[in-house]
Amino acid sequence: MRSRTEIMMQIIFWASGIAIILFLVGILFTLLSNSLPALSEVGLLNFFRPGLWRPGAFGEPTYSINNFIIGTFMVTVGALAFAVPLGVAAAAYLSEIASPWERELFKPIVEVLAGIPSVVLGFIGLVILAPILANLFNIPSGINALNGAILVGIMALPTIITLAEDAITAVPKEYRHASLALGGTRWQTIWKVTVPAAFSGITAAAMLGMGRAIGETMTVLMVTGNMIARPSSFLDSTRTLSANIAIDIGDVVSNSVHFHALFFVGLVLFVITFIVNLLADILIQRKPEVNK
Amino acid sequence: MKKDKAKKNGSEFIGFEKLGYWILRFALLLVLFVLGFIIYDIFTKGIGVINWEFLTAAPRVGMTEGGIFPALVGTLYVTLITVAFAVPLGVAAAIYLNEYAIQGRFTRLVRLSLRNLAGVPSIVFGLFGMAVFVKLFGFGPSLIAAGLTLGLLTLPVTVTAAEEALITVPRSFRAGSFALGATRWQVVRTVVLPRAIPGILTGTILGLARAAGETAPILATGAAFFLPALPDSIKSQFMALPYHLFIMSTQHHALAVVRPIAYGTALVLVSLVCLLNLAAVLLRRRYRNKVAKGL
Repeated sequence: MRSRTEIMMQIIFWASGIAIILFLVGILFTLLSNSLPALSEVGLLNFFRPGLWRPGAFGEPTYSINNFIIGTFMVTVGALAFAVPLGVAAAAYLSEIASPWERELFKPIVEVLAGIPSVVLGFIGLVILAPILANLFNIPSGINALNGAILVGIMALPTIITLAEDAITAVPKEYRHASLALGGTRWQTIWKVTVPAAFSGITAAAMLGMGRAIGETMTVLMVTGNMIARPSSFLDSTRTLSANIAIDIGDVVSNSVHFHALFFVGLVLFVITFIVNLLADILIQRKPEVNK
Repeated sequence: MKKDKAKKNGSEFIGFEKLGYWILRFALLLVLFVLGFIIYDIFTKGIGVINWEFLTAAPRVGMTEGGIFPALVGTLYVTLITVAFAVPLGVAAAIYLNEYAIQGRFTRLVRLSLRNLAGVPSIVFGLFGMAVFVKLFGFGPSLIAAGLTLGLLTLPVTVTAAEEALITVPRSFRAGSFALGATRWQVVRTVVLPRAIPGILTGTILGLARAAGETAPILATGAAFFLPALPDSIKSQFMALPYHLFIMSTQHHALAVVRPIAYGTALVLVSLVCLLNLAAVLLRRRYRNKVAKGL
């Protein structure tokens, strides 16, 4: 009975849904298939062994991403170390203490600021933060891992605040009422009831912030200095996985080992962020159970 | 005695609580201050170079003088391609998820893919775009290759916004139309979609903002350092605002000389992205309030 338009539209919509899965699978497949030549040429273990990324070295190029993993780890951990406590505190304030007008005013501001492009933050890191850091620590240049960590933290803050606020607000009112009725103060209620009840949501917010921090490219590319050597402290120049792709992608010779090695770096980045996001997702799915 | 002590402890505790509230308030204000300072710095140092010529002229004398017109035009073109790709597909996927599909394992898989797509690092989209659109499809570095790459990146934004809009259309509206004998597509076309337009528009604006600010995905898919002419087809390379800012702040041969131009570019880019985001936030709030009032 159904008309042809009806069936056609159904197929179109269905295909659009499938397309989303295919895009994700397609990205993974592209990364995999393009990194295979590099894997067979370099060897999986040699990517991870301590050493340097020297694809252009005469005679014996090396492709160790060991230092980049350390760099990515430093920037990410440094960023989260201050962004998570600060973000959760701000979220707790927004959802539990702020008056309605404060919420009406601050929430959109945070949302709008989430859109500051990463290249602009990188620019600020270069012109504002770098001189400050150089003065503060008495070092010749403030272009280092610390600068990257601070900016990436700032970048992740709106994400963490928005999601943590959602999680805290989603805790049922009855929890708070019960705590207050038992004589708990608002402060006790926040830290002993509301925030623990929203724990999985808050952790998910931190994880998604982490996902953003790991994958962040332009900001770190501009402010961490991008040295290939192993950083020994936060005041050293360092290079992250994402920045390494961005640096080499412009002038890499197509289909060379170097070219395929970059896809392998992309694959590593993809797998790490995929796992982090998946864990965050599982935590978010758990939220309704807590709320029952 | 005992009562007095309890009272004293109580007031001390209230004092402690007040301090706690102030610490939390301080955390939020610190965040807002940092972000506000960034905007303030860019505004005060960038506003000086913004004039008609800056917005309408091409860079001159090795990019040390002139304006950013080609970068503005390039960003406009590439974001339009992005939206032309991501919005119809995003809306169609949202319609599938919300109107057609039976909720179950498959829709969960689609949603999971969507959330993970949103978490893929932007530089990985750049690699994908280079491998697939530039090389495999043979577009070369071009507006279309960069636009499609950014389209994939913004897809989660447009699907989420469209779905949020579809959900706000009351179930009873659909039930009423079905009861009158309308087919599913008729219900979607005449009842659901018209009411979801503001939400779809919000998603479009958010998609535009996201695409306009991204740099990493266009590095190897079509953005150019400097071009003497404006792009004349979708196969042309293009200049873009965020890439221009990147060049002017890290790659230019006379960084100190072009610092004002970099600030001006940053101001234009931040204004563009933040105004688009603000428009989306306000639009969403308006139709959410309307829905809340049952209109």
